[in-house]
Amino acid sequence: MYKVLRIVLADILKNRVLLVYTLLLGALAWASFLLEDNSSKGMLTLLNIIILTVPLVSVLFSTIYVYNFNEFLELLLSQPLKRSTVWLGLYAGVSLSLMLSFFIGAGIPLLIFQLNTAGFMMLALGILVSLVFVSLAFLATMFTRDKSKGVGIAVMLWLFYALLFDGLILFILFQLSDYPIEGALMMISFLNPIDLARIMILLHLDVSAMLGYTGALFFDFFGSSTGILLTFIALCIWCWIPFQISLRKFKKENL
Amino acid sequence: MIRFEQVNKHFGKLHALRNVSLNCEAGQCIALVGPNGCGKTTLFKSILGLVVPDSGDISFDGSTLIRSHLYRSRIGYMPQIGRYPSNLSIGQLIYLIRQLREEETQADLELLEEYHLESMFEKPMRSLSGGTIQKVSATIAFMFNPSVLILDEPTAGLDPLASEILKEKIKKELAKGKLIIISSHLLNELDELATQVIYMQEGEIKYHRDITELKEITGETMLSKAVVRMLKQASYV
Repeated sequence: MYKVLRIVLADILKNRVLLVYTLLLGALAWASFLLEDNSSKGMLTLLNIIILTVPLVSVLFSTIYVYNFNEFLELLLSQPLKRSTVWLGLYAGVSLSLMLSFFIGAGIPLLIFQLNTAGFMMLALGILVSLVFVSLAFLATMFTRDKSKGVGIAVMLWLFYALLFDGLILFILFQLSDYPIEGALMMISFLNPIDLARIMILLHLDVSAMLGYTGALFFDFFGSSTGILLTFIALCIWCWIPFQISLRKFKKENL
Repeated sequence: MIRFEQVNKHFGKLHALRNVSLNCEAGQCIALVGPNGCGKTTLFKSILGLVVPDSGDISFDGSTLIRSHLYRSRIGYMPQIGRYPSNLSIGQLIYLIRQLREEETQADLELLEEYHLESMFEKPMRSLSGGTIQKVSATIAFMFNPSVLILDEPTAGLDPLASEILKEKIKKELAKGKLIIISSHLLNELDELATQVIYMQEGEIKYHRDITELKEITGETMLSKAVVRMLKQASYV
């Protein structure tokens, strides 16, 4: 796996898209910290940017990269390598490079301006969310051989988790506003990795004091150490399961 | 050396391989010919394990190769269209692929020298012409001194000089007693190399003969004419 990883990294680290992504994240992070007088406000700005761009870039970049890698995958598989080794190497390469981009772009300013729990939380969650969306991208590429369809699936996945899911939740919330559904709502947020990351970061910022009754309930759960642990476990499962399904499919795939 | 037994493969409705039974031995140079989409590439991919047959068995040196991977250290494969990670340079690519097989100490870099690829070592793969990419693919296929060479349309896209170099290399390897399977539409090129011909049509092997035998039966001296005549005879029968 390590040797495949080396090939992927040697190629991907010279990729221009990745460079632009790193610079963009860097510019946004530095700007949001330097332009706001209060670094907590800066965190909030950064959170909103990260929660939209990181999943989008991760899922799109990985999908396109895997499709472009297709013919070379055949050549790698004509070498004495197991299919799982090759797939794992490719996954490790793509996710490592995206993690590195996130760390250089957003991580360094975070560590400079927010050397506290919230800062570390955002760093860890940004990396985990990147990984989740790389996994989802790998799964998307296994659904179709057609690149444009695969990219379409990837965009739909992002659209669903970043926007539609919250719309659906709001809809349910309005319909059932007479009932005590806060508990159920908390469980539902485990179905969306982006929401999990967002809640977790919000609760570690000062603004969480203004979230009202529901916010207090969320704080009780997600603010506790069990809640934090559960969130991280859930995000790890979100990385693991889509990748495992894609690996199973890849082992049986006709290339 | 490589043996197909009643191999079938479907891609949806397409029956890509129909009851393919085949026996290839070391020292043979087999020309695989047939119209576009007749299953040549699928046959190659099933030897490489890229395509797993629906039924039947393929064996390599007596043991089945389905779901195994180590046997591939003895195969060199040159794909029809090579596409490589675009930001790697030729030198990096060759170095990294050599890394994949650390056990091979002696790499065969004859083609690398003959094609003067060293002078282009710094060039990234994305800037290379189709012919140069073919040269790189050929170099990689021959690099590990494999006992089986699978070449999918090797000379398509190569200039006459380069394809002559490749043919000389193929002859040399053949003389060492390797098994070489070539698919090509350029029958005249295969004439001087091949010892056997396999003709495929719609996933079926129409015939598998010795070249000398084929030429005798048909009374032709050119491989291209013999192949066509054989087909005509077959359709009359």
